[in-house]
Amino acid sequence: MRTTALAALGIVAALLAIAGPARAQGLVADLSSHLIAITTGFVGTDVVLFGATDGAGDVVVVVRGPEQEATVRRRGRVAGIWMNVEGVTFENVPSFFVVAANRPLDQMLPAAERARLEIGYEHVRLTTARAIDPARLAEFRPALIREKQEDGLYGREVGQVVFLGEKLFRTNVHFPSNVATGLYTVSVFLVRDGQIVNAQTTPLVVSKTGFSAEIFDFSQRESFYYGLLAVLAAVFAGWTAAAMFRRA
Amino acid sequence: MTFFRVPAGTPPAVPMQVYLPIAEMSVNAFLVLAMGAGVGFLSGLFGVGGGFLLTPLLIFVGVPPAVSVGTQANQLVAASVSGVLAHWRRRNVDVKMGLVMLAGSTVGTFLGVLLFRLLSALGQIDLVISITYVLFLGGVGGLMLVESANSLLRRRRGPVRRKLHQHTWLHGLPLKMRFQRSRLYISAFLPAGIGFLGGVLVSIMGIGGGFILVPAMIYLLGMPTALVAGTSLFQIIFTTAVATVLQAWLNQTVDVMLALLLLIGGVVGAQFGTSAGSRLQGDQARALLAVMVLSVAIKLGYDLVATPVDLYSLSVDAR
Repeated sequence: MRTTALAALGIVAALLAIAGPARAQGLVADLSSHLIAITTGFVGTDVVLFGATDGAGDVVVVVRGPEQEATVRRRGRVAGIWMNVEGVTFENVPSFFVVAANRPLDQMLPAAERARLEIGYEHVRLTTARAIDPARLAEFRPALIREKQEDGLYGREVGQVVFLGEKLFRTNVHFPSNVATGLYTVSVFLVRDGQIVNAQTTPLVVSKTGFSAEIFDFSQRESFYYGLLAVLAAVFAGWTAAAMFRRA
Repeated sequence: MTFFRVPAGTPPAVPMQVYLPIAEMSVNAFLVLAMGAGVGFLSGLFGVGGGFLLTPLLIFVGVPPAVSVGTQANQLVAASVSGVLAHWRRRNVDVKMGLVMLAGSTVGTFLGVLLFRLLSALGQIDLVISITYVLFLGGVGGLMLVESANSLLRRRRGPVRRKLHQHTWLHGLPLKMRFQRSRLYISAFLPAGIGFLGGVLVSIMGIGGGFILVPAMIYLLGMPTALVAGTSLFQIIFTTAVATVLQAWLNQTVDVMLALLLLIGGVVGAQFGTSAGSRLQGDQARALLAVMVLSVAIKLGYDLVATPVDLYSLSVDAR
């Protein structure tokens, strides 16, 4: 348990050290927390991103979770029964993706720039494991984004970056209880006159800690013994229950 | 400085949320306890494992099907241990018969777990779970309903003598064995085959399979009814134990936290169910159980043919 948390903190520290010197002038931003600890009572959490600019300008925030491989399947009717008939596997799917800005994205940045930096849900970079024709891509890509939105892992719309005066800004990012563990990146862009003039990337680690982390680690590393212990615990519990209620 | 105020992560309106480390989601502990207790009550009332209700319920509240089935096997170990003890004290367990069934069920469990893995990779596991539920629950529930309706009618007309058991081609199979406790001389393939089916069902449907094993042992093996419940429970302990270890080992789909919550609710509910069940007549209980089994089958069958709200689904393959 301690090791997981320490390792996570170590990664954060290392990344902060790398990110530190490169921090651009004119834009400073940080998170209320760099570590989201998934404990036994975890129900999801909010992280506040706050910062300051050196003058007027727009701010865009992109939060990206660790990449996964994911398959979107479509059901069809076969002999009266609905079953999965078609599927497309995407590689490098961000497990979590949220965009926030202080005003509509299309009013501040040209489409090409937004696409290049994955600013906006329509610009999430998704590559398929195998080449597929554009018509299928046009069907399955939005489906993936929709499913992710259903799970609360992709934002439904662009979140709100709130300015206090001209220079101070903040935004909330909500992480639901089903977030994937791993390294997240929070990118903050400062935009002036349709151009990105400054950018900063801050790491965020989501990690299981405490009892739930120990159970998970054990189940992955020593899965055979985990199974044996699960059986022993169940036998003990069943026996105890029977003995208890027999006396009562 | 309300501007920099960090909002509290835990909304106070949600009491007792517990994070399930393997299912990787948080659930309301009271909801899971209540589900376990409700199903435990019914299983105590009717003398069945209740897995056939709990697995669809878990999937319904959002637990991934693979984790539901794997965890259910673990929970059933506890349920059958506490259930078998009473039968054991009354010497209502045919250990030899149970062990022969176990030989078959171990093979069945192993094949079932591998099949589960293959079907998950193909994206068809949900379909296969639903179809097996509809077929087995529909079939067994229908038979039970007809049988109990007949016996309820017969009781009104007065008792009719029935043969202990009939001889069919099944009794001509080789490798005959003597089962002193059950007073049977039958082929070992019969109990092993029934065990095999039970093993496959545990690993694919997450059920102990009592409601299929019990009629099979009565009608196919011709075992004395008094021994059937204890022997099937005895056998289910080991089958579900093997299934738990295999699911944990090969698929990492056993959530001990979820199993713990379910079994606490389950054993408490079962005690109340058993005492309520003693006030219920045998064929009434069977008719009620048949209606319940059939309604689960109809619900799942309807979901298979009804046009889904969302045609698409997403599964994460690797992280």
